[in-house]
Amino acid sequence: MEIIHLLFLAFAALAVVAAFNVILQRNPIYSAIGLIVVLCSLAALFLTLNAQFIAAIQIIVYAGAIMVLFVFVIMLLNVREEEARTDRQKYLKLLAVPLFVALLAEVVVVIRYVNATPPAIPNPNTVSDPATSLGTVESLARGMFTDYVLPFEATSVLILMAIVGAMYLARRESPAEVERIEQALAADSAAETGADGSPHA
Amino acid sequence: MVPLSWYLALSAVLFTIGVVGVIVQRNVIVLFMCIELMLNAVNLTLVAFSRFLGNATGQLFVFIVMAVAAAEAAVGLAIIISLFRNRETLNVDEADLLKL
Repeated sequence: MEIIHLLFLAFAALAVVAAFNVILQRNPIYSAIGLIVVLCSLAALFLTLNAQFIAAIQIIVYAGAIMVLFVFVIMLLNVREEEARTDRQKYLKLLAVPLFVALLAEVVVVIRYVNATPPAIPNPNTVSDPATSLGTVESLARGMFTDYVLPFEATSVLILMAIVGAMYLARRESPAEVERIEQALAADSAAETGADGSPHA
Repeated sequence: MVPLSWYLALSAVLFTIGVVGVIVQRNVIVLFMCIELMLNAVNLTLVAFSRFLGNATGQLFVFIVMAVAAAEAAVGLAIIISLFRNRETLNVDEADLLKL
């Protein structure tokens, strides 16, 4: 067993434990922290697969941008500890465990027959054209701007649509709506100062 | 070199945990995180196959998946904020109609 196997096992165990943490925690902020740990250990696993650029992007875009957005929304909504769960969906919980076992068993059966030897990858530091080595920025850029330029452009349109959609969805409805929220906030603060018995009330 | 099957097994386990999370969790933000978990499991499969086939296409696909995940997070969180504004809840069981 080489050191890379130990590295794989360490980061895989970390990822699985953190993934369980994501689904078992009751407070969403702990779930978010678990997900960040999963993303970082997956970035380490990408490094063992000659995907340096993808590993960097994983940290920058996923752990850096997307998770910040998640944490921001959790803080913004100021979610309390989860209340007692409703019993309406109890059968789903009973269904989840057999489904989990069945899906895993299926996968294990399939994976037993997977047997592949990886091709040798030239060292990107010594090769004359870095684009011929897997996982370098050059090789990804060459693919992205030649064979796959159409999906790349389609992605940019998708992101533009996401920007417009997010702004449309998150905007305040109307001046009347703003007024209603301001009144509710004023009523809240009045009730709080009143409860304190301060002279402002 | 770590065998391909190890990566595929880890990816399958992570994907399954994501599916179970979507089934058992009722908090819409955590449901969203479980979807991100599943996307990441698929990314691991794509990168592993990319390495074992010696072809960069899988990594390009991961790049596109990340862009889609970012767009999805932006729109989805906007929907969550507008849901919370209208319903004052994050429980998906209380928002099972198609109108607000």
